[in-house]
Amino acid sequence: MPVEIAASPPAPPALELSKVVKSFGAVVALRSGTITLEQGSIHALIGENGAGKSTLVKIIAGLYRRDAGSFRLRGEEVDFHTTAQSKAAGIAVIYQEPTLFPDLSVTENIFMGRQPTNRFGRIDRKAMRAEATEIFARLGVSMDPDRITEGLSIADQQIIEIAKAISLDARVLIMDEPTAALSGVEVERLFAVARSLRDEGRALMFISHRFDEVFALCDTVTVMRDGSYIATESIAETSVDELVRQMVGRDVAELFPKLPAEVGDDVLVVEGLTRTGVFHDIGFTVRAGEIVGLAGLVGAGRSEVARAIFGVDPYESGSVRLGGRALPKGNPRVAMARGLALVPEDRRKQGLVLDESVSRNVTLAIRDSLATAGLLTNRAENAAAAVWASRLEVKTAALDAEAGTLSGGNQQKLVLGKWLATRPKVLIVDEPTRGIDVGTKAEVHRLLSELAQQGMAILMISSELPEVLGMADRVLVMREGYLTGEFPRAEATPEAVMFAATAEKEDAK
Amino acid sequence: MTATAPAPAPDTRTTRTYEAYSHSPWRRLLVNREAAIIGLLLAVIAVALAVVPNFDSPLTVTYLLRDIAPILLIALPMTLIIVTEEIDLSVASVVGLSSVMTGILTQAGWPFALAAVTAILVGTLAGVVNGFLITVVGLPSLAVTIGTLALFRGIAVGLLGTTAITEFPEFWTDLAKENIPGTPIPGIMIPFAVLAIGFAILLHFTPFGRSLYAIGLNTEAAAFSGVDVGRTKFLLFILSGTVAGFAGVYFTLLYSNARGDNATGMELQVIAAVLLGGVSIFGGRGALHGVIAGVLLIGTLGSALRLAGVTSDIINVITGVLLVLSVVSASLLAWLRRRRISAIGKKKGASAASPPSP
Repeated sequence: MPVEIAASPPAPPALELSKVVKSFGAVVALRSGTITLEQGSIHALIGENGAGKSTLVKIIAGLYRRDAGSFRLRGEEVDFHTTAQSKAAGIAVIYQEPTLFPDLSVTENIFMGRQPTNRFGRIDRKAMRAEATEIFARLGVSMDPDRITEGLSIADQQIIEIAKAISLDARVLIMDEPTAALSGVEVERLFAVARSLRDEGRALMFISHRFDEVFALCDTVTVMRDGSYIATESIAETSVDELVRQMVGRDVAELFPKLPAEVGDDVLVVEGLTRTGVFHDIGFTVRAGEIVGLAGLVGAGRSEVARAIFGVDPYESGSVRLGGRALPKGNPRVAMARGLALVPEDRRKQGLVLDESVSRNVTLAIRDSLATAGLLTNRAENAAAAVWASRLEVKTAALDAEAGTLSGGNQQKLVLGKWLATRPKVLIVDEPTRGIDVGTKAEVHRLLSELAQQGMAILMISSELPEVLGMADRVLVMREGYLTGEFPRAEATPEAVMFAATAEKEDAK
Repeated sequence: MTATAPAPAPDTRTTRTYEAYSHSPWRRLLVNREAAIIGLLLAVIAVALAVVPNFDSPLTVTYLLRDIAPILLIALPMTLIIVTEEIDLSVASVVGLSSVMTGILTQAGWPFALAAVTAILVGTLAGVVNGFLITVVGLPSLAVTIGTLALFRGIAVGLLGTTAITEFPEFWTDLAKENIPGTPIPGIMIPFAVLAIGFAILLHFTPFGRSLYAIGLNTEAAAFSGVDVGRTKFLLFILSGTVAGFAGVYFTLLYSNARGDNATGMELQVIAAVLLGGVSIFGGRGALHGVIAGVLLIGTLGSALRLAGVTSDIINVITGVLLVLSVVSASLLAWLRRRRISAIGKKKGASAASPPSP
């Protein structure tokens, strides 16, 4: 029998995850999630997109159940099936975009679903209001508890979420990229609130892509990469360079058969493209035979730029030239006719008509040229679809099978086939390998490489750094709507690109 | 290109071949909603011929087709509109407005042909108003056309008050009632057939038609494929207004009667028939031959029951039940199919879990 140690043991960590595994079908989202949150401490969690941070948070929040590994709360093993259980155990998660009831008051939102009642069983508004006021005083923020939450800034809404967490006496607060949409002053106020919560002995977890914030606020930092725990460091003993190296320190050579291609003339020339609040003064060129990578974090405005170039989204100023001729704004039809193709980010919503057949999906973008004397037949569509499906080795039972019945990788091939069928000069691919299996991924990479070799100009948007670095002749980097870096292949190191994608720069505001 | 698939291709980069269709031609032809509605229509006709007295008289055919001709006509553009997941509730009011215009202009001494063309153009204009509000201003078609349903009807009634104009050139009224020589089929079926063929080609055999289905199933993906969604819908509402205007002129001549309240409530008959014909109210599904069968089914059933002495409220109940059943059966079939697909998916998942081949 093990003997209990009588001497006061160190307080158990507020929350402890060890080697947690979570997979969705064949895709492993989290290989070994490990993190330890101490009471009275703020812990940063950083990592690239797809490193497994969100999955980890969702397991803690009770949204997902882990497949393996241990999850302890104040030393006790727990297993949440629902978010309600997680909340009851004293865990609060504050998301980037809070979800409040816009027509209710601040106070009502804080006490939603658990309003205090008086002895007649009616909602005790006075008590509710008093407690809300008291919490805001404790947090040191001024907020009218009676105002309707509609129209409040994201920062204020987050404060309300935090107030809700405190009124529930949450001991563990997790903030998932809370500062992404905040201004400098608002960030400062949030940090002040976070510090006061820490001083009350609560454990906080802070997810951010901004190193300056991590260093300003946190005590310890955990780095994740590819679903795995990499390291935990004390903030005082690490540096930005060290963290960047740990975030990207993967072998870039696992992959990508980049074939040498002859680079020709400028085909796509973008100048000063601006849409206020979304992207600003974006300018670059893509040449024939060249793959240009567009890197950056999710939300940096890359997809928006691609959509504006293609014409499905508007832009305010700037110009797009294709093969030397100006491309009119907001007209995808003309863009397609001139040889521009966009394989969009979301294949299920934007790329495919899931309820329509494989055949009609492949031919949707070439429906006009496929018609003879204005008439289009199933026969013509099936013939064209068979050509492109077989070229991309799409696995489907028949051409009239609905696109939605195909696997993710085959759907992606279908979208690629649909756009290659238009025989474009310039191909923009937005996250071409997101959510598809490794084998198909390699096929897509090989295909892109071959297309470039045949003289196509390719702009590849990707959040996966190794993919960008492995495939691209040149790498453009966007951060928060601005182009913050351009690197030739030789100079595009993971560190340089990651730095341009995340760090505040002097010349860009 | 119906190449036959050989044994599964090995791991090398061989050219794959595909079956064009998962089912045999017979199954594709016979196992679908359109075939079911046509079958039901034939069954109703067969039963009526057998048991309803006078149903087999040529006059029955003539009156039946005359009466449902406006519905048949308007159902054509309505099908295209519903395929794009929109709706036009103002069509019956446009029929009324067009009827009133025909009457007023004829009474004012215009040559009838000119009056009729003007009335049709008023219908076109009504379609432009709908199309503008829906695609340029960006309002939902349900709300817009509920509004213009009242608006156009209001104008029609306002122009003529409670009076009716019944004086029309005999040449034209006779023409409207004329049959195709040697048949009991009314002459209006000739322009209808021309329009029906035109709309069928447009919907089923043109790039434009393909874009309508794409819009109905996934507007965003359609826009990403170069479909000008706004312009497409605008055009459909203009077509709908124009055809309704034409139907209004026919309606006026058939009954020698121009009144503001002509064809009140017809929009619901049209939409009911379109849905019965297999067009999904959620867009993206349906075919024109099914819709025509749907209109004929409702018309034939009503006609047979009337001849059998059933009162019109009972007929309404029966038509209503039929419509509800058809919608329920569609959902039921979709649900069964989803279950089957997910069952197959599970099986596939299970086999994928076994060790993968290199």
